[in-house]
Amino acid sequence: MKFSIMVNEGPYTHQASDTAFNFTKAALEAGHEIFRIFFYHDGVNNGTRMTIPPQDDRHVVNRWSELAEQHGLDMVVCVAAAQRRGILDADEAKRNGKDGDNIAPGFRISGLGQLIEAGIQADRLLVFGD
Amino acid sequence: MLHTVNKSPFETHSLETCLGLAKPGSDILLIEDGVYAATAGTTVSAMVEQTIESSSVYALAPDLKARGIDPDQVIAGIQLVGYDGFVKLSVMNETVQCWL
Repeated sequence: MKFSIMVNEGPYTHQASDTAFNFTKAALEAGHEIFRIFFYHDGVNNGTRMTIPPQDDRHVVNRWSELAEQHGLDMVVCVAAAQRRGILDADEAKRNGKDGDNIAPGFRISGLGQLIEAGIQADRLLVFGD
Repeated sequence: MLHTVNKSPFETHSLETCLGLAKPGSDILLIEDGVYAATAGTTVSAMVEQTIESSSVYALAPDLKARGIDPDQVIAGIQLVGYDGFVKLSVMNETVQCWL
C-alpha cells in the first residue's frame, strides 16, 4: 500500500515529528511504500542541517535524512513555509540574495501542489502535528 | 474509518469532538498525550467506556510506557498496539482522520 505523510510540527517541539518518523519506519518495515513526506508549517524545521542536538539526544533531522537515503524517500518542504522560517536550498538562497543555505540532505523545496499530488497518489494520507 | 487523537483530554476537546462525531464501528487510536484518555478512573473514563460499546478503541503502547502508564491502569476493553499495529489500522481503514 502507498502512504503519504504530512508533518506539521517542528523537531523537539512536542512528539509529532517522532511519531511520524516511527510510523514511516514501521510502514516501510511492513513492506509498504511511502509516496512522499510533506513538511508544512513548523514541520519545515525538520529540514535544516544546522540542527545540533545534545549528543545524548536523538538527531531528528539526521534520522529523517538517513531514512530517506536508505529507502529513497521523497521528502518535500513547503517553499512558503520554509522561506518564512529561513529554510533555504542553494537556489532559493541565491534567488533571495541570502549568504547561505541550510537544507538537510534528502529534503527538497517545492510547493503545495506536491501535497495535493501526495494525497491523490497515495492510498492513505496521515497527518502528524500539534 | 480510523481516528487518531494526539492530545490529552485534559488539555483540549479533541477527544470529545472525535468521539462525538465518530460513527459506531470506527477505530479510534489514542497516541502521544492522547493516551492519557486510556487511563481508568479519570473524569473522561466514562466517555471512553461508552465508546468501547460501539467502536474499537486502541492506545499506542510505547506512548503509554513513555508516560509511566502501566497496562493494568488502562480501561478494560482498550487494545494496546505498537507502531506496526498503527500501520495495520491505517491499512484496514480506507480513511484516516487525524484530530490535531
